[in-house]
Amino acid sequence: MKKKRITKKTIQHVLMGSFALMMIYPLVWMVSSSLKKSENVFVNSHSLIPSEWHFANYIDGWNGFAGITFGTFFWNSTIITVIATVGSIISSTFIAYGFARIKFAGKKIWFVAMMLTMMLPFEMVMIPQYIMFNKFGWIDTYLPLILPTFFGIPFFIFLIMQFIRTIPMELDEAAKIDGCNTFDIFFRIIVPLIVPAMMTSAIFSFYWRWDDFMGPLIYLSTPEKYPVSLALKLFSDPNSVTNWGAMFAMSTLSILPIFIIFFVFQRYIVDGISSTGMKA
Amino acid sequence: MKPVPPNKKLNTGNQNVTGYAFISPFLIGLFSLTLFPILYSLYLSFTDFDLMGTPNWIGLDNYQRMFTEDPTFWKSMKVTFFYAGVAVPIRLVFALLVALALNKVVEMVGLYRTLLYLPSVVGGSIAVSIMWRQLFGNDGAFNSILASIGLPTHSWLGDPDTAIWTLIVLYGWQFGSSMLIFLAGLRNIPKTFYEASSVDGAGPIRQFFIITIPLLTPVILFNTIMQVIQGFMAFTPSFVVTNGGPVNSTLLYVLYMYQRAFEYFDMGYASAMAWVMLVIIAIFTALIFKSSEHWVHYESDAK
Repeated sequence: MKKKRITKKTIQHVLMGSFALMMIYPLVWMVSSSLKKSENVFVNSHSLIPSEWHFANYIDGWNGFAGITFGTFFWNSTIITVIATVGSIISSTFIAYGFARIKFAGKKIWFVAMMLTMMLPFEMVMIPQYIMFNKFGWIDTYLPLILPTFFGIPFFIFLIMQFIRTIPMELDEAAKIDGCNTFDIFFRIIVPLIVPAMMTSAIFSFYWRWDDFMGPLIYLSTPEKYPVSLALKLFSDPNSVTNWGAMFAMSTLSILPIFIIFFVFQRYIVDGISSTGMKA
Repeated sequence: MKPVPPNKKLNTGNQNVTGYAFISPFLIGLFSLTLFPILYSLYLSFTDFDLMGTPNWIGLDNYQRMFTEDPTFWKSMKVTFFYAGVAVPIRLVFALLVALALNKVVEMVGLYRTLLYLPSVVGGSIAVSIMWRQLFGNDGAFNSILASIGLPTHSWLGDPDTAIWTLIVLYGWQFGSSMLIFLAGLRNIPKTFYEASSVDGAGPIRQFFIITIPLLTPVILFNTIMQVIQGFMAFTPSFVVTNGGPVNSTLLYVLYMYQRAFEYFDMGYASAMAWVMLVIIAIFTALIFKSSEHWVHYESDAK
């Protein structure tokens, strides 16, 4: 009986393990290609062990193109991502508190409007927003990429709201009796308690901003201002790339921050997705 | 200690101001970045605006051109329906099967979950799209594997019949977040349901259809709606992996809209395309919701 169970378990782990390895094979392949000599990348390309470890790809790739190094692109991505994330979390927290805890006329209507906005694809407003920002003279600046995040992100508002709802109302009432006004309750009671929800939102915001491609593609035209996503696309132009090793090296580096955040904050991400059902 | 003021009217008056103060960023964004642009887009769809001149009112010309004179529009519509219609069910079925398997595993479940979720973590990045292009290229790893086990290789990205499948596989590969949602749903099903049904003599397959699936239907509904919208609006994979080719076989709707707007500066036409898309998505969402009355079970109904 016991032996049978061990066999069953072993089969289970072999199947699950090989399936998991198959799924992450493409990612391992990318990293391994980044360590192969360019002329060897597509020779027996499925093999994951470089015949000769070529770390110089990372140096070649870092030099970038048109005299701009990937250092510039990483810095640009960091600026856009950090400011947009801070903006979206602060604004979303305020808005979430307003919807979750304060009674005011018209709240229902605005809440429905927010839920509808959450389902509205960005592509619907992409063209009119572009024309608007073009009129403001904001093309080739970071404003169109950053400013909209300061008006709250519906998904984060919803996520933080759900979290606030789990905090007992008695806490607010007790604070009110102690002489706190709404702002005191918000800053002293609620904000410290909803840090996990703010963290989850910040991590998603980081992913989306770091990966954002369409926004920079539409709004930026000067290569010096490109974030990593756009630079990488240019760097990998199939008609001009010859240094495949360097291209894979920069691809690997570009997803490194995502990996680091994922492994450090895994718990928040899994909880966030499981409880709200949102894509990463 | 001050008692709470009994003057209710004064209190609510105060709260109105405070409430609107807290949600004011949302309201500003809603009007300036959503409502106004949507109405502006509707207006533009009836004009010939090319970004340089002033918009001229041309009535329904854009819509007429789209439906009667533009085979590329129909092609992109066909490609998008095929893509969303095949890729979304594949991702969801895959995600559910893997979640069911993971739910049975007791040890190392965290490790498997992490490994299987990784493709979704990096899935949105350009690096993955670029990698995919190389993976399925003529000398890529996929052909290399086929050759090494003696199977014929193929120009996956160069053949109009197979190029779209590379994008479908890319979409399916990122099943991780749907899987996590299903997994959370499975964990919420009370164990007693299964115990009771095995006493009644139900086997695992019967249990799957009479307990698991019905109780998961709300999660399935939510996943389906989010994924259908996401599938319809896909852009980056077709832009980076195939750039719409060969012979427009991967020209997803949003890519064609992007080309119309930002390569031909045909802003009026692209706005009309955006509106057609919105109507289609709205109809689909409504249909899914409507049909859900027949197949989604909420626990409160059962009581």
